[in-house]
Amino acid sequence: MSADEVIIIMNKKLLEINDLRVSFFTPAGEVKAVNGITYSLEPGKVLGIVGESGSGKSVSSYSVIGLIDKPGKIVGGSVIFDGKDVSTMTKQERLQFAGNEVAMIFQDPMTSLNPVFTIGTQIAESLRHKYGKLSKQEIKKRSVELLTLVGINEPAKRLVQYPHEFSGGMRQRAMIAMSLAGSPKLLIADEPTTALDVTIQAQILELLKNIQKKTGMAIVLVTHDLGIVADMADDVIVMYGGKIVEQGSVYSIFKNPSHPYTKGLLRSLPDLNAKGSKLIPILGNTVDLLNLPVGCSFSPRCEQCLKVCINHMPAEYRDADGHITSCWLLDERAKDSVEVQHND
Amino acid sequence: MTRYITKRLLVSLLTLWIMFTLTFFLMHFVPGSPFIGDKKMTPQILANLEAKYGLDKPLIVQYGLYFKNVLQGDMGQSITLIGQDVKDIIARKFPYSLKLGLFASAMAIVLGTFLGVTSALRRNTGIDRFIMLIVTIGIAVPSFVVATVSMIIFGVQLNWLPTISSLDTVSSFILPGFALSFFPLSFITRLMRSSMLDVINQDYIRTARAKGLSEGVVIFKHGLRNGILPIVTYAGPMLAGILTGSFVIESIFSIPGLGSSFVTSITARDYPTVMGVTMFFGAFLIFMNFLVDIMYTFVDPRINIIN
Amino acid sequence: MIKNNNSEILGKDLFLPATDEEKATFEVMRPSIGYWRDAWNRLKANNVAIGALVVIILIFLAAIIGPMLSPYAYSQINEGRENLTPNFQHIFGTDSLGRDLFTRTMIGTRISLAVGLVAAAMISIIGIVYGAVSGFFGGWVDNIMMRIVDVIYSIPTILIVILLQVVIKHPLDVLVEPGHALHFMSGLGAGLISIFIVLALLYWVDMARIVRGQVLSIKEQEYVMAAKVLGASNKNIIFKHLIPNCIGQIIVIATLKIPEAIFAESFLSFIGLGVSSPMASLGSLSQTALKGIYSFPYMLIFPAASISLIILSFNIFGDGLRDALDPRMKK
Repeated sequence: MSADEVIIIMNKKLLEINDLRVSFFTPAGEVKAVNGITYSLEPGKVLGIVGESGSGKSVSSYSVIGLIDKPGKIVGGSVIFDGKDVSTMTKQERLQFAGNEVAMIFQDPMTSLNPVFTIGTQIAESLRHKYGKLSKQEIKKRSVELLTLVGINEPAKRLVQYPHEFSGGMRQRAMIAMSLAGSPKLLIADEPTTALDVTIQAQILELLKNIQKKTGMAIVLVTHDLGIVADMADDVIVMYGGKIVEQGSVYSIFKNPSHPYTKGLLRSLPDLNAKGSKLIPILGNTVDLLNLPVGCSFSPRCEQCLKVCINHMPAEYRDADGHITSCWLLDERAKDSVEVQHND
Repeated sequence: MTRYITKRLLVSLLTLWIMFTLTFFLMHFVPGSPFIGDKKMTPQILANLEAKYGLDKPLIVQYGLYFKNVLQGDMGQSITLIGQDVKDIIARKFPYSLKLGLFASAMAIVLGTFLGVTSALRRNTGIDRFIMLIVTIGIAVPSFVVATVSMIIFGVQLNWLPTISSLDTVSSFILPGFALSFFPLSFITRLMRSSMLDVINQDYIRTARAKGLSEGVVIFKHGLRNGILPIVTYAGPMLAGILTGSFVIESIFSIPGLGSSFVTSITARDYPTVMGVTMFFGAFLIFMNFLVDIMYTFVDPRINIIN
Repeated sequence: MIKNNNSEILGKDLFLPATDEEKATFEVMRPSIGYWRDAWNRLKANNVAIGALVVIILIFLAAIIGPMLSPYAYSQINEGRENLTPNFQHIFGTDSLGRDLFTRTMIGTRISLAVGLVAAAMISIIGIVYGAVSGFFGGWVDNIMMRIVDVIYSIPTILIVILLQVVIKHPLDVLVEPGHALHFMSGLGAGLISIFIVLALLYWVDMARIVRGQVLSIKEQEYVMAAKVLGASNKNIIFKHLIPNCIGQIIVIATLKIPEAIFAESFLSFIGLGVSSPMASLGSLSQTALKGIYSFPYMLIFPAASISLIILSFNIFGDGLRDALDPRMKK
């Protein structure tokens, strides 16, 4: 193996997203849900995308699998998966790609499974999609394996049951089993535990971790919960108003949050060690995607808002660890202002 | 599921019994003898009838007697068609109504589903607007207007189709079938459209797309299978609507069915026929509703949870 | 390290904290709009529904004023002018007895509208009271009341309507005769009164179900709890809190019941029940016209078109009203 090849393998990204822009064209106007985001993901890694509703975190991950539907449209940028450009795929290629290369699980397992088909039918559909025609025995054998893998007891009996006969946690397990049927290289988990009880949440996260270890697939974990990210992710992206405001390794984000929004998110988390301290919410409303501010999207809610923030998009500032933050406060010229505010 | 079916069966039987009781007591409100109305009748027949139904006996005994007779299928004799049993009239004429009703139901369901799905998938396009325009009219125009207008245009002016129908040829089905199914067809189209639009936005459709299933499988397997559920619920009211519609359609096209003779007997105040046919139609509809309820348990596996 | 370098042109003074005035530019003023104003705005924006409303108003005007403008009475028999096609004296023509069809159609429209409105009002009253009581008390009261609704629901309504019509028309005929209890209603005729009665008796179940559902969901909410804790009487809670909160849905259902009742009346009149001659309803006019359909098809056109137009405009307006009053119900 030559040195060049080593470099190629080392640099090999599973997913590269470049300046992706997604808009929804509604009667009220163009909703810029994703507004130019760039990130990449290496094979076998877990990327956490954090943000509140309307931040574009779900929409950006839907575009990876081609789930953006009318009135939504990818209006700019590219999504490269495993060297292939997803946005230029033909319809046929995209159908072969979805489910087999990238699979997805969703927030609400109550509504994400089709209520009129048995779990077995829905898993079999994914198996056939990957492997073509399979015998009934083969499908049953593999389905049972999948259900066992996700920790569902009596898998053979469960296969012939309908989603409403499953509990919430079990349904999410079934969803995961279904998504694994095509042995994908990447699993996109869109708020996989939000709709579940806390105890069940922990079990599902544990399951995802185990499966990730066993199969070596990469995971994009979309969530609003920083706790989950800290628990699972290697890298973190924080989104606000359709843009990435901060990204870096999970260690650097938690250790050294730089963007006021990220700081706010961390402050609003309960800290078990700091007894008696109050949770500090981020004041104000989420950004109106129909009328994005001219400058920084977060500026209307930012306590440290500068004059420049109102009319100018912030530049990106990168530190030595590759931790990138889009915020004018990190600019040399803002040093005085930052210090003044700290002295207040 | 058994619990659900048992419950539906009990409601059906209760409804049937209430209908029967209502019919019985309403007959007693009819002026004069409940069986003869205001028609002249020979004392001989009158006496026979009164003896048969025990009109001299207390009400409760009469009720029991009537119950027994109806159970045996004996619903008295027609006044206008002297000497004919109501049950024979029903047996002779109902097949025509059934044939026409089945034809109209099939047309309404098949075409309505098709148009509704088309409309939903092509929403806000010219096709959608055109279909919605037609069905909005279809819901507003009474069937007797549809029947007469189409009869004048296609039967009289263009002379393409027969205006008097005994339902023995295919072409004789077209006009009455169309007139009878226009309303339910329009209703199903609207129902199907809104149901499909609703279903298309459901999470499980997104799941199906994420699985990489083709658009055809997503829409017609995952979508239609769920979108059709409200149509099944509408099947009961639709049958009732088609049945009542047949009263006027059969009269207009001179179809020798039970519907037209029902209308004739109403006009002629032929009470035994009116009561008998009402009982028969009522029982028929209640039975059909029960079948639809059972069918529903097969299309929607969640039914047990709902109840 | 700065990645985005075109920011260098920005002056240092921009990097001072923003003043409150500058921040204030973010505040988007959104005046709060009341429920009815909001609904009215939505309705106004719906051209089709407004068009239907205009048509409904025009039909009402025609039904009220039309017969007054006509030189003929609806029952006036003009000998020698039988079966005339539309002309200048009789713009809708005349029927087989020489009666003016314009006047008769307008009178028929009046009857249809009256049936629609009166039936909708009676359906609403019965349905609201029944549904509110059932939902409010809950428990076994609700259980029994809803089983009754189930049964009425599964009885084929139109059959019972016909049966009741056939049966109660005669006693009513007697009651409206001079000296009897209902003589003051004799202008309506027994047929029409019986239509009112049967429609009111059987068509209220939808209303009751929806009101009950609304009441069930509302009564768990805090302000009703609060009213209860403060010692408000049941009656007070029902009429002051529960009903005002489902009024939007009630209006929508009532509006959509109007065309249904008109439909039922025209159907009954068409099969020979309902109003009796010389009184005219759109259904009975259509039925009469059918007898001479081959020779005088024009006789059918006006009553048939009137019914269709009335039902069409009420349907469209009702749909628009539903979208406006309750956007969540929008299909």
